[in-house]
Amino acid sequence: MSRFNALNLLKNALSGNKNWTEQWPDSQPKSEYDVIIVGAGGHGLGAAYYLATQHGITNIAVIDKGWLGGGNTGRNTTIIRSNYLYDESARLFDHALDLWQDLSQELNYNVMYSNRGVLMLAHTVHDVQSFKRHVHSNRLNGVDNQWLTKEECKEYCPPLSIDPNARYPVVGGALQKRAGTARHDAVAWGYARGAAARGVDIIQNCSVNAIRRNADGSVAGVETDKGYIRAKKVAVSAAGHTSVVMETAGVRMPLESYPLQALVSEPIKPIFPCVVMSNAVHAYISQSDKGELVIGSGTDQYTSYSQRGGLPLIEHTVAAITEIFPMFNRMRMLRKWGGIVDVTPDRSAIISKTPVEGLYVNCGWGTGGFKATPGAAHTFAHTIAKNEPHPINAPFTLDRFRTGRLIDEAAAAAVAH
Amino acid sequence: MLLIHCPYCDETLPELEFTHAGEAHIARPENHGGLSDSDWESYLFIRTNVKGPQYERWRHLHGCGRFFNAVRNTVTDRFLTTYKADEPRPELSTLTGDEK
Repeated sequence: MSRFNALNLLKNALSGNKNWTEQWPDSQPKSEYDVIIVGAGGHGLGAAYYLATQHGITNIAVIDKGWLGGGNTGRNTTIIRSNYLYDESARLFDHALDLWQDLSQELNYNVMYSNRGVLMLAHTVHDVQSFKRHVHSNRLNGVDNQWLTKEECKEYCPPLSIDPNARYPVVGGALQKRAGTARHDAVAWGYARGAAARGVDIIQNCSVNAIRRNADGSVAGVETDKGYIRAKKVAVSAAGHTSVVMETAGVRMPLESYPLQALVSEPIKPIFPCVVMSNAVHAYISQSDKGELVIGSGTDQYTSYSQRGGLPLIEHTVAAITEIFPMFNRMRMLRKWGGIVDVTPDRSAIISKTPVEGLYVNCGWGTGGFKATPGAAHTFAHTIAKNEPHPINAPFTLDRFRTGRLIDEAAAAAVAH
Repeated sequence: MLLIHCPYCDETLPELEFTHAGEAHIARPENHGGLSDSDWESYLFIRTNVKGPQYERWRHLHGCGRFFNAVRNTVTDRFLTTYKADEPRPELSTLTGDEK
């Protein structure tokens, strides 16, 4: 792997960019690994990267049924923030936000992290009260978040209308300045490149069909399209398909899989400087570096694995955006897509050991997994390597649904689901 | 847009009239006092989350208001059948995929 630096860029430019080496090899599976990670999204590849760089474990395979980064890593709206209400969530997401700050330098790969700020609009007295509570709670947890008057909102985001006669008048907002966006594909590519350079095998287009267990119950390996592979540890990071994979190991999960849709407009000149979310109309919007408006909202109402979702939700989303930004009502939408997100009953993630020895799971991210990528990967790698959770992910156990120690972000996650 | 057959109204109507109400045929356990934490976990939180034909509940919210059951393929979103809440669960092998 050649490093990206000014000298290398110049050298390769002079030779017509024909001599770049491949970013990672197209690996074929060996017969046995120390760790097999199921799912080559940002979370899975990141876990492999941190296992290799921080825990000295490099005999790893990351296996995906499609191409790497082709699942929810490539299907989100790239928003990054950490303004969660509860202590446990604030610590986890702020840990991720810390890692985002210099991830490009860490990976020597530009993930285009842009801390352009996430502004959450308040439209009612109730919004004002609950957002101010969020701001205070976040600041007690050391998480950056501040209250803006409507004039300050307008100053921060000039396309915003603060007309008091609007259908949903803006009365203020909560701004997390450190929040922002990143290039979603680059996160998967950067982790893949960094992991592969340290000896991790990335095996694409190879479905993991079952997890096999030894007679004593511990993990033995995985059945794949390319045959049986033995493994000392198996770590499942399979997003919407987690319950399907875990079922083969005899572990039933507290998960339901829903389509989460998003869409982009035709590209236009830079007009929209930050990320704006409105829970009242239930939608969020930002502008990508390519110029597309990136728009999303909540999940479809029914469970599905279709990676498509229904049109009524798109209609709702677009209607919501044009309520807040009437200036966009003539924009043409280019593409829409759906990702399958796995939702837990308390809307908090699971990064945990399981009842099966040697089997670990990172799942349940629902509609908010992308922002957590580095933090989830980092704490998941710790959990796999040490066979015990990092203090940050210790509350996010699988057995909290038995003990009752839920992390009930359902109504508190600062966004409707 | 899904078109959903309400077995009470006996009409096939747009999905906007309906709300999804989760997995079907989950019976509330009797003998609450004697249940273990694991039993409660299974009842309250563990879901089958089927990839394929799934038994699920729907409610005709903007119509008759009643809950009914359906079998829907979660890969294609195609309904195999819908049936009234007190009717027995149909065997998958008897379902042709042609909705009533």
